[in-house]
Formats: sequence, structure tokens, C-alpha cells
Amino acid sequence: MIELESVSKKFGATIALHQTDLCIDAGRTTVLIGPSGCGKSTILRLIIGLLEPTTGTIRIEGQRVSASSVLALRRRIGYVIQEGGLFAHLTAAQNVLLMAKHLNQPARQMQTRLCELCELTHFPENALTRYPVELSGGQRQRVSLMRALMLQPKVLLLDEPLGALDPMVRARLQDELKEIFQRLQQTIVLVTHDMAEAGFFANLIVLLNEGRVVQSGTLDDLRSRPASTFVSDFLHAQRGLAAI
Amino acid sequence: MKSAAILFAIFAFCSVAQPQQIVVGSKKFTESYVLGEIAKTALQNAGFTVDHKQGMGGTIILWQALRGDEIALYPEYTGTITEEILKTKQPLSTDGMRALLRQEGVGMTGELGFNNTYALVMRRDRAAKLGIRKISDLRNHPEMHNVRGIDHALGYAAIATGSIDVKDAYSTDAKIAENNLIVLDDDLNYFPQYKAVFLYRLDMDSRAVAALEKLVGTLDETRMRRLNSEAERTKDYALAAALYFGQKPVSPSNDLIGKIGRWTLRHLELVGASLFLGIIVGIPLGIRASRPGPVGNFILATSGVIQTIPSLALLALLVPLPFFGISPVTAIFALFLYSLLPIVRNTATGLQDIPTAVRESAAALGLEPPAQLWKVFLPLASRTILAGVKTSAIIDVGTATLAALIGVGGLGEPIISGLNLNDYSTILEGAIPAALLALLVQFFFDGLDRVFVPKGLRLKQ
Repeated sequence: MIELESVSKKFGATIALHQTDLCIDAGRTTVLIGPSGCGKSTILRLIIGLLEPTTGTIRIEGQRVSASSVLALRRRIGYVIQEGGLFAHLTAAQNVLLMAKHLNQPARQMQTRLCELCELTHFPENALTRYPVELSGGQRQRVSLMRALMLQPKVLLLDEPLGALDPMVRARLQDELKEIFQRLQQTIVLVTHDMAEAGFFANLIVLLNEGRVVQSGTLDDLRSRPASTFVSDFLHAQRGLAAI
Repeated sequence: MKSAAILFAIFAFCSVAQPQQIVVGSKKFTESYVLGEIAKTALQNAGFTVDHKQGMGGTIILWQALRGDEIALYPEYTGTITEEILKTKQPLSTDGMRALLRQEGVGMTGELGFNNTYALVMRRDRAAKLGIRKISDLRNHPEMHNVRGIDHALGYAAIATGSIDVKDAYSTDAKIAENNLIVLDDDLNYFPQYKAVFLYRLDMDSRAVAALEKLVGTLDETRMRRLNSEAERTKDYALAAALYFGQKPVSPSNDLIGKIGRWTLRHLELVGASLFLGIIVGIPLGIRASRPGPVGNFILATSGVIQTIPSLALLALLVPLPFFGISPVTAIFALFLYSLLPIVRNTATGLQDIPTAVRESAAALGLEPPAQLWKVFLPLASRTILAGVKTSAIIDVGTATLAALIGVGGLGEPIISGLNLNDYSTILEGAIPAALLALLVQFFFDGLDRVFVPKGLRLKQ
């Protein structure tokens, strides 16, 4: 589904991502995890073409990500970031519909999709006319998710989508998000630094450190067969993980 | 060249369409307007249909228009004919001048009477006290040999208060009569002769020439000065011409509200036109400047440097350039330059202040870069951009008063003339409406906030 072949990324002299080969399977949830600056967000931004790789190629469904293909590819990818990235001048509904309107979708089709999404994300329809400043943090993330899903993307990329929320809201949204993922049966790539969250969502966990993939596998694989001391140290540093 | 050809074609068409019409031209200053109007009336009285193209420009433009048959006649001065048109170094006799002009297909009437040359003027009472009547008399007063440079208009105020004794002037200057000054006789022939005449095309109807020749010798300096002063006071050149023909002048309108209305309207024209240009040029420049790199830095630095040029200096630099000159275009262009910095800077800052997360979200949705700009970035920056436009508008309202320096009018007109005359009430006639206008502009833009700034940005969290 998504293939990274010898992909690396340098910012000046700093290497954000060493040469990496990575294959993300269709229809599954892959979680990229690691400490700050490990390159996990860089991978997500390379996939959606916000960054250009220094070396290597990225393919999505066999199509290479390039300047000429990136616009079309982005419309088949949903992207949710930590702060939501909502446009303050547009209401919730306008945020969700912006791209569909830009593509001149029929109004009836857009309205139907909007209702479906409200139902899917448990977003109250009467709040659709509110502006981002009038929404709670959790509501903003729901709008952001609806916006990402509006065009029925093949791939959903989420960069710490719950990172800015308080623990109660976060726990509830984790449950809802997992349910949504299960209903969508989509290719999902989620970035987090929280191993419990990773274990909760992932079919496959990819652990990164200092711009390299350290180990990939299920939470059990990582726990029972750590590839290095870093893996066990990273797992140990996450308190309360034993409960999962 | 193409446009010149088109203009010529249009003109040729017009002249075919109206064979009887005589077109009078005039230069861009009061006296030329008045003489043009006088010629118009004289020709009308002789039964011609006359069109007066007022204030077409300077000598070269009028001369070319005459030779190109765009106009049939215009008022000119003998000194200008020898020095600028015929470009001869040695003085020419009237007949010599006529002969040379004839080769160009141009005729010259006799002298109208007055000599609008440079002159030295003094306060009447001061001159009487010192016994000075002629330029040569100044030789006997060595205490006056201390020369200071002073602005022409300010010089009249200085001479009125006695700060200076003698100043240069144009001999038919309206200010001479207003300030009760006398012109010293040029007994040394120090200044060249600038006798007024009409230049006309030799193919003009001979009855028209005869009508013009009737004006010869009828305008002495005192009379011309009075007509100029009347024309400047009333801004009505036809009225000055009527005065010449002995028709009673209509009493000058003392309608203050009307005057302020006209000044304000002109002021708004200047501000509106320059601000419009500032917006359509400044916002694209600001968009470009919002991107990092040398081009953006260059744009910001340049618009900053423009702001540091004193407005008087900017006007002085623009006026001699072709296309500009003494016209509203010059004032509008200068104001436009001043309006750029706030608009460019606020547009750039407004766009730069959009958080990376929002920028990347717009890109990640798959919007093309222009759509990102129109649908997301510009609306998000709208409040900052509008604030820049508002700043420019208020600066413009203030700076536009300087347009009066180049005779373009606006609320600066009473301010400048009030300053020159040391007349505070006249200054306030311009200053108070200008201040009120600045406030109004402020309110107007506060209102525009509601139109242009999306509601989502105006809500408090």
C-alpha cells in the first residue's frame, strides 16, 4: 500500500531520517512510535508530500509521490494533526466541506456525507455552524477527523491526534477512534509517543529512534523479543503498560 | 507611436466632423488659462465656434499641438519663443521672430501689452521711505546686498512682515496686488522681455486673426495682474475673461461649505485613487514578501525606504519626470508610494503569522497553492491586511494635504495658502475637515472589518 524505498531526509546537516525501507500494509493500522525527534512525524510528512525525501522514493498504491502526483494523492489521503489544524475563519461544516466544494461535488452528496461523518465521529450536528473557537478540544479533533475523511480517502494519517487533549477526553476519544478504525477498515498510519496508545490501536508497531527503525512488530513481539536494550528501555519508561 | 497615430486619427476625424470649430490651447498656469479664455471669447464674438483645451502642459506640448493642428492658437511669450522654440542665443526683433515662425507655418499676433518677466518687488511703504523706484536705485543701498534663498510663496509672507526688503517675482503675479507691493522699474534691462502674444496657424481663418489682433495692446501689467488675481481667487477663468470684456464679474462665492465640500471631494479622490492602487499593488507584493528569501527582503526594504523620503522631496523628484508634472497623477502616485509600506508589511506579517499546522493542513487537503492562498491564507490574514489598509488610508488623508503644494487641490489648499498668508482661520478651514476625515476613515474601516474579516476570526474564545 505505502512503500518507502531507501528514503532519507536531511535538514541541512541534521539527519531526520536515515535510509529507511518500510512497507505499510493496506487495511491495517500501523503505529509509528518513538521519542521526540526520532523521525516518526517526518515519515508521515514525507508520505503526504509536505516534505521531499533527500534520497529514495515513496509509492502509494504503486504511484510514486512526486510534485506532479502529489495534489491528486493528497486528495486520497486524510491527514489529522495534533492541534487539529482547523481554519479559524470557517465553521465546522465549512472546514469539513472545503475540499469537496472546491471540487464542485453535488450539494446533496456533500450533505449526506456530512451526516454520515457526524454520526461516525459522534459530532453533534447542531454544532456544525460553530466556529473553531467555539468548540472544545475534543470537538475540534472530531471536526479535523471529519475533514480528513470527507473525500473517502484510501489512507488516513494521524499525527498525535489526541496529544493535546486532557486524559479523560483522550481516553474516551481513544475508544471512539478505535471503533471508527474498525468500521472503516482503512489503511491507517498513526504517530504517537505513548506506547499504551500504540498497543491499543496497532496491528503493527514501528519503533523509531534517532531517525532509524529500531524494531517493528506487535506489542508482544517488542515486549518478549526486544531487538535492543533501547526497545526494552523505551517500554519500561512507559508506566502502566503492564496492564495492557 | 501607435497610440499617437490613433490619437491623430481621432483628431483628424473630429476636425473633419466640425470644420468651423477653432481650438484654443493654453499652458498649465493661471495667466495662460485666462488668456486662452479671452481669445475664446474674442473669437466667439467674431462668430466662431471655439473649444478651449485648458492647461495642456508646457511649451513643448503646446508648440507640438499647434504644429500638429491639434490646436489653432495658444498664448505664448516672446522670451519663450526665442529661447525655447526658436532656440536662438541673440535677441531677435519682432520681424525676425515672425520670419522664423513663418517657416514653421505659424503666425504671431502683435504684443498684447504686458510683459510677464521676472521682476523685483518691494513693500510700497518701505520703497517710498527709502526712495527706491528703479532697480538701479538699489545700488545706493548696500545694506540690502545680503541675499537669502526663500520659497517663492513664503517670500511674500516674509516681505509682508519686513523680514526681507526685496524679492523676485513674476511681473504679473497676482500676489503683487494682494500684498500691496510695487514692481521696481527694470531701467537696467536686467531681465529679458516676456511679452505676451498669440501664436496661431497660418492656415487659420483670416477673420479669426483679425479678431485676435484687436486684442493687441489692450492688456497692461496692472490689468493682467488684476485678471490673474480674480481668476486665482474665484478659480473661474471664464469669469476673468468676462471681466476683460467689461462684463460685470459675478460676486465671488463666499460659500465656505461649498468650498470645503469641493476640497474634501478632491481630497477623497486623491486618497481613494492612491489607496486603490496601494491595495492592488501592495497586497500582491506583500504576498510575495511573506515568503522567505532575498526578493521578499528587497520588497520590504524598498517599501520601507520609500517611506523615509520626505513628501516634499518626493513631489519635487516626481514633478520634472515626463508623464507626471503638475497634475493629480503626480500626487496620486506619491500617495500611492506612501501607502505601500503598511499594506505590504501587514500582508506579509499576516501571512507569516499563520501557524505551520494550519498551512500544512491546507496543503495536505490537496488544495492547489493559489486555492490555499484564496480560500485559507488570505481570509486568515484578512484582519491584519485590513489593519494595514486602514493605516495607509489614515496616513494618506494626512499626506494628501501636501498635494496642494503642486496645485492639485484638496484640503491642503487652504492649509498651504493659510500658512503662506499667516492666516490661521484659513488653515483651520483645511485642517479641521482633514482631521474629521481621518476620523471618518477610521470609522469606515472599523465598519469594513465586519464585511471583510470572517466572523470566525472576530469571535472571542
